[in-house]
Amino acid sequence: MDFPILSTITFLPLIGSFMIFFIMNGEEEVVSHNAKLAALWTSLVTLLLSISILFHEGFDPASASYQLVETADWLPQMGIYYRMGVDGISLPFILLTALLTPICILVSWKGITTKVRGYMAAFLALESFLIGVFCATDLMLFYVLWEAMLIPMFLIIGVWGGERRVYAALKFFLYTFIGSVLMLVAILYIYFAAGETYDMSLLSNLVIDEGAQKWLWLAFFAAFAVKVPMWPFHTWLPDAHVQAPTAGSVILAGVLLKMGAYGFLRISLPVLPEASAFFAPLVFTLSVIAIIYAALVALAQHDVKKMIAYSSVSHMGFITLGIFAATTESIQGSLMQMVNHGIVSSALFMLIGVVYDRMHTRELSRFGGLVKVIPLYSLVFLLFVMASVALPGTNSFVGEFLILVGSFQVAQTATIFATLGVVLGAAYMLWLTKRMIFGVPTTAEVKRLEDMDKREIIMFVPLIILMLGLGLYPAALLDITHASAENLVNSLGNYHDLIAQSPSWPFQQTSLVEGN
Amino acid sequence: MPSGMYFTIVLLPLLVATIVGLFGNRLGDKASMWITSGGVLVSMLLSLVGFMEIAVYGKPAIEATLYEWIASGALSVSFGIYIDKLTVLMLVLVTVVSSMVHVYSIGYMADDPSKPRFFSYLSLFTFMMLALVTAPNLVQLFLGWEGVGLASYLLIGFWHHKESANAASIKAFLVNRVADIGLILAMLVAFAVFGSVAFGDIFASAQSVAGQSMNFLGMNVPVLELFALLLLFGAMGKSAQIGLHTWLPDAMEGPTPVSALIHAATMVTAGVFLLARMSPVFELTEIALMVVAWVGALTAIFAAIIGLTQTDIKRVIAYSTCSQLGYMFFACGVSAYSAAMFHLFAHGFFKALLFLSAGSVIHALHHEQNLFKMGGVRHLLPITYGLMWIGSLALAGIPPFAGFFSKDFILESAFMSGTQTGYSLYIIGTIAAFLTAFYSFRVLFLAFHGTFNGDKETFDNAHESPFIMTVPMMVLAVGAIAAGMLGLPMMDTAWWNGSIVIFENIHVGVVEAHNSPLLIKLLPLIVAIAGISLAWLMYIKRRGLADKMTKALDILYSLSFNKFYFDEIYEAIIVAPIRSFSKFLWQKGDVEIIDRFGPDGVAELTRRISVTIRPLQTGYVYHYAFVIILGMLALITWLMV
Repeated sequence: MDFPILSTITFLPLIGSFMIFFIMNGEEEVVSHNAKLAALWTSLVTLLLSISILFHEGFDPASASYQLVETADWLPQMGIYYRMGVDGISLPFILLTALLTPICILVSWKGITTKVRGYMAAFLALESFLIGVFCATDLMLFYVLWEAMLIPMFLIIGVWGGERRVYAALKFFLYTFIGSVLMLVAILYIYFAAGETYDMSLLSNLVIDEGAQKWLWLAFFAAFAVKVPMWPFHTWLPDAHVQAPTAGSVILAGVLLKMGAYGFLRISLPVLPEASAFFAPLVFTLSVIAIIYAALVALAQHDVKKMIAYSSVSHMGFITLGIFAATTESIQGSLMQMVNHGIVSSALFMLIGVVYDRMHTRELSRFGGLVKVIPLYSLVFLLFVMASVALPGTNSFVGEFLILVGSFQVAQTATIFATLGVVLGAAYMLWLTKRMIFGVPTTAEVKRLEDMDKREIIMFVPLIILMLGLGLYPAALLDITHASAENLVNSLGNYHDLIAQSPSWPFQQTSLVEGN
Repeated sequence: MPSGMYFTIVLLPLLVATIVGLFGNRLGDKASMWITSGGVLVSMLLSLVGFMEIAVYGKPAIEATLYEWIASGALSVSFGIYIDKLTVLMLVLVTVVSSMVHVYSIGYMADDPSKPRFFSYLSLFTFMMLALVTAPNLVQLFLGWEGVGLASYLLIGFWHHKESANAASIKAFLVNRVADIGLILAMLVAFAVFGSVAFGDIFASAQSVAGQSMNFLGMNVPVLELFALLLLFGAMGKSAQIGLHTWLPDAMEGPTPVSALIHAATMVTAGVFLLARMSPVFELTEIALMVVAWVGALTAIFAAIIGLTQTDIKRVIAYSTCSQLGYMFFACGVSAYSAAMFHLFAHGFFKALLFLSAGSVIHALHHEQNLFKMGGVRHLLPITYGLMWIGSLALAGIPPFAGFFSKDFILESAFMSGTQTGYSLYIIGTIAAFLTAFYSFRVLFLAFHGTFNGDKETFDNAHESPFIMTVPMMVLAVGAIAAGMLGLPMMDTAWWNGSIVIFENIHVGVVEAHNSPLLIKLLPLIVAIAGISLAWLMYIKRRGLADKMTKALDILYSLSFNKFYFDEIYEAIIVAPIRSFSKFLWQKGDVEIIDRFGPDGVAELTRRISVTIRPLQTGYVYHYAFVIILGMLALITWLMV
């Protein structure tokens, strides 16, 4: 077997985490400093190795099957194997996780002052589990990592979070827990239905009768919809974001939310196509509600972080719409939009963190006139606002446009209503900009602000480059996802015909041209 | 390599904008101003070369691709250029006005502390506008479309310490976004119907889908009518047509050179350009064309009525722009795209000239914009005064100035189209022409004649603008005089060499325009002279007359003065409901319904149960989670052994 690159990037951070947590001892200050450095270097090496996959001879972007496959026994008696592999659907998320983790560590460099060693260890463990989730091609391995990821995330919110961190964590827990239990049951059912195997590469060939598919679909939906989060399962997100430390919000918005959407792409659509078609109109409806509802609620927020949290719910609505519209354009658009959202919302949370570190408030009315005091910060802020409203030239435009183009023919009404999100999204983001950046600085604390230092600039640079780079040259990403997205769409067979026969929800239907 | 030159025209302003945007503070004010102005001037010279090649020597259109921008499934969008007569005309207009505005701004913004920022925005705008007019497909056009919107947003809000400027910039962006829905949906329909968003593909198959219809929001609608109406809705936002016009007057919060470039000569004409570019589609529609015509005619008269009573010099000119854009729309609506483009071209010069002249007055009077605090400054500002005359005569449509030819062409085309609509439009357009002449000279007389109504100190310090400002104005004045006569060949559809398509057998107005009866030809000129005379009577000869008329026409006056209450109505029926609805969704929907019956309800239940089994619990959620995972792993491992 070749060098096991996937296992390496999965477990390298975990090893780093153990090293930091168990080996480092001594004076508090020294340990903290060393822990930060060790975490940074570990995550940077992981990033380099992850990027190297793109140039790996064993990886062919034109192929849609799992690549760089690794297999080993884990619990063979129970049919559980250690199976790893990547394709065009999972690779973007692996890269995104590997990119955001070192940035998160930089973000926390000064903001985290207590139990630094534990924090750094938790972050590396989180990275490890997240990369693992996206690499796993064995359902049980996938499930274990999916659950395992919760531990460091809980710790990060629960220990290093804000005042109401326990409430936020509990809320998250309640939502997630119910979903996870149902998902486990569904996974066990599939195990037996598939002839006692958890091998995900075999699952798309599985034939499950439609009645059972629907129950299974709902079980998975419970787990995935909470993670996305789709309306009306979204209320944990604003609380979790507000209570989480900045880096926690970054990884939460950047990667964790995508796990739900990844689940839809990896399991719901390919394994349960008939049920997916049956429920697609429901998903379209919930997506449109999410887009409009969350954008409206964002408009009413005074806490900057809450506003961005709600904007995430709105943006994720586009993504779920695109996934279940299931055309090559819409799925590639959704994949791209997930990466985009990972870049843009992360940057926005980081920007909020930068001023929070200095002023210890996120209340909109306390800001104003930042452009006069901290111009560089304001420029970066404005750049990401424009990316958030999907201005052409930024990455978000390409993703959003592909989703709309791809969904229009499948879910016309939903797509038309989704475009309202374009206006509302601009409304809250521009209102935010006006209140925060423009105007005249009024308070003494604003007038005292210092602009971004070197560390802060460095953590934004890669995000800016990616934001503009992908906006102008999206092929860099689309080439990776193309084969897998196309393969997924082709494997769905008569999915689109089935949608037409599904029970009508408000936002259904098609728009193919008719002659007369 | 001819396409290289056109890429240079487009990309050079981006290059200078980036250089100055990033390093402006280190380069210094002077270098920043000259780098940007120089870059745009070079673009202008090359555009003139391009104009000679394509428009004068009649070389064939050029299409070239820089690279494939977006490719997924059946969708392919390229970055490239499409240069035909329509494009070169816009190239010349955009680069000439832009470079003149750059140079003028060197003088106008002399006291401003953030010159590099201003100039890099101006150049960025120029790039986006050029990307828009050279676009070979709808998506690149949309890139330019949003890009000019961004530049407009940044420049309206350029003085971001002013609350009113910030509010105006947001309003401009959002109103345009509403209209953008039309353009976005148009792109989606284009891809669904034509399988492509490239102009070439759309035009090639437009004829073949002409009879087809599609389901749209549950209705069965003809595809081309739908496509055209969506495009129209998009165009109405950028070109400030009635209903979506409310952002344009507020946009006057931006520095005056910005108003001249963006909100008069170029960006706002993007909607008209879009209609002309899409003429092969619009020609195949009936309803859409009629809607275009009526939208335009209503805007033309409605904005002109508001323009009569405004007191802010820039707002009068802004409403005038709105009204003139209405003319261009209704020209498109009667298939006189060539007339619309001709008017667009001519209007670009004389309207930019008017704005820069107004800027010169404002500059001289310490940022006074109220017409009733001006007056009698013609001897202090002789050059500006003279140039303002040229601009006003051109706007009023007096020969031989540019506006005369183009406006007459539009009205004649409307009349000769021979339909009921055509006659109505001719009448509306002629009335609007009367109003136009009146309000343009009202501005001129109020600002320059009579006695000065501001404070004495301002008057004593007033002085003519420096050459750096007056010379660009003179260049535009030459355009305002020459564009009309030079543009005469444009009236012949054949001149456009296929870049504008007119089905002349159906839409006869354009062809027959020059055969219209003498009275029809002369009527617009007669009413224009009447308008000027009335203005002279009311504001020079008998100044009390205006007040008397105001009182006599009280209701009409206040409707006009309050802009038909559009802003107030929108606030009441759209903005305020959205605001309270969003609060409702948050506090009732999220907090009181979802949370109360969802997690908090369950949590409360859990808490009650937990009271009985409290000793087992630490109260930390992550402990529970940890135990669950460990338990699960242990269970599986134990089962295996």
